[in-house]
Amino acid sequence: MDEKTILGVRNLSVAFDGEEVLAGISFDVSRGDVVAIVGPNGAGKSVLLKTLLGLLPYKGNIRWANDAKVGHVPQRFQIEKSLPLTVGEFFLLHRGRFILDRKRSEGRIREALRMVEVPESNIDERLGTLSGGQLQRILIAWALFDKPNILLFDEPTAGIDIGGEHTIYNLLHELQDRFGITIIMVSHELNIVYRYATSVICLDKKMVCSGPPREVLTPEALAQLYGEPAYYHHAHDAAEIAKSV
Amino acid sequence: MEGLISGIGFTNILAVLATSVAAGFLGVFLVMRRMSLVSDALSHVALPGLALAILFNIQPFFGAFAFLLVGVVLIYLIQARTNLPADAIVGVLFTASLAIGILLTPEPELLEALFGDFTKISSFEAWSATALSLIVLAVTVFSSRTLMFSIVAPDLGHVSKARLKTVEFIFLVMVALVVALGIKFVGTLLMGTLTIIPAAAAKNISRSFASFCVSSVAIAAISVILGMAASFYFNILAGPAVILAGVFLFLLTLIFKKS
Repeated sequence: MDEKTILGVRNLSVAFDGEEVLAGISFDVSRGDVVAIVGPNGAGKSVLLKTLLGLLPYKGNIRWANDAKVGHVPQRFQIEKSLPLTVGEFFLLHRGRFILDRKRSEGRIREALRMVEVPESNIDERLGTLSGGQLQRILIAWALFDKPNILLFDEPTAGIDIGGEHTIYNLLHELQDRFGITIIMVSHELNIVYRYATSVICLDKKMVCSGPPREVLTPEALAQLYGEPAYYHHAHDAAEIAKSV
Repeated sequence: MEGLISGIGFTNILAVLATSVAAGFLGVFLVMRRMSLVSDALSHVALPGLALAILFNIQPFFGAFAFLLVGVVLIYLIQARTNLPADAIVGVLFTASLAIGILLTPEPELLEALFGDFTKISSFEAWSATALSLIVLAVTVFSSRTLMFSIVAPDLGHVSKARLKTVEFIFLVMVALVVALGIKFVGTLLMGTLTIIPAAAAKNISRSFASFCVSSVAIAAISVILGMAASFYFNILAGPAVILAGVFLFLLTLIFKKS
């Protein structure tokens, strides 16, 4: 693995109860890349992300660079409304001494909230009472708290109200510009992929294509990935966006 | 108050307080993990152990703890290895052990085993209960970060290299230890409740985790003092008195419940 590469995956396969959900996946991620994993429902996008995080058993080879420090923003994060855990305490999970570390960490937590444009006063709010958009921002700030150099992001806009969607991506884009952080994200929105990703991995249990979005997301590849009816829709979207960007 | 202390004994009061404070703190996690009924049913498992210890003339704590340990290993395996809802299995298995325990326990000791009696504790037992409760408290404080990860976001915990499985198991062993200790005071039937009521009450009035822990521990201590006083002055069984004091505090917290 050369110095530029932060993650190398070779011949990765994952099976649940003997049934293969991912097979023969190989790719490299360079530092500073924004990689989008795209594909239809059930293609194994989230499975791939979870496998990279070490949450699922797999066959094959996953190699992280020695200095890789991973942050993770999960897809579904449902939290009971009445759970007595404040936003500040949630951030303190990063600290070995947990809530005993409140005084020393408060300044940094406030800074993290400012970075994702969440009001500082939310530090004492219960995590479960936040809106979907705010919770997503908090999760991003949480993932970035320990200054990772690679961020794994599952469906960044799932469950976010319209209008919130673009600001989340703008925020990601800004963070990427500011910190040069590598991002691997699962996304089902091709317009977002065209706009922000430097490369894509098209997945349908196996790798259908990979490379820069404009080169590899050809009408043929999209047809193969999403099937004919969806293809028109996506190809149309993609052509429109390609023109406008 | 002096009458209460000399009547029950300072070391006994200290032991009951320490055990209930440890139970109150463990309860915080049991309530958040939605394991309230599991710990209640778990306490019933102690009875056959207690009965066998009485029959073979062994220290009852060891009998109870040994059976509880088997109980928590079962809960752990059910949670870790299957997707079955733990409560149904736990309900059936543990109520069965209560029935077996009742049949095994010699009748003169049955009432004490079921409802506890802290006037019959030796000073050695009281000091060891205090020491063990403090150990449980320390271990749980030390584990609270990982336990919170396993409740809120196990995946994030895993990515943060928290040792979720190990700590979950240690937590269950701590529950077994506290239940085994508390059985002496409030009995097998009510010990599970002693771990749950303070936390359930505290959750009503807490916004943050820090205040949840502090109020659960405080409510546990207050209900023990109220219950012991009621038991001493009105000459009623201490176990039920402590539990009812806890229920009274729970009802009070409903008035101040934070939405």
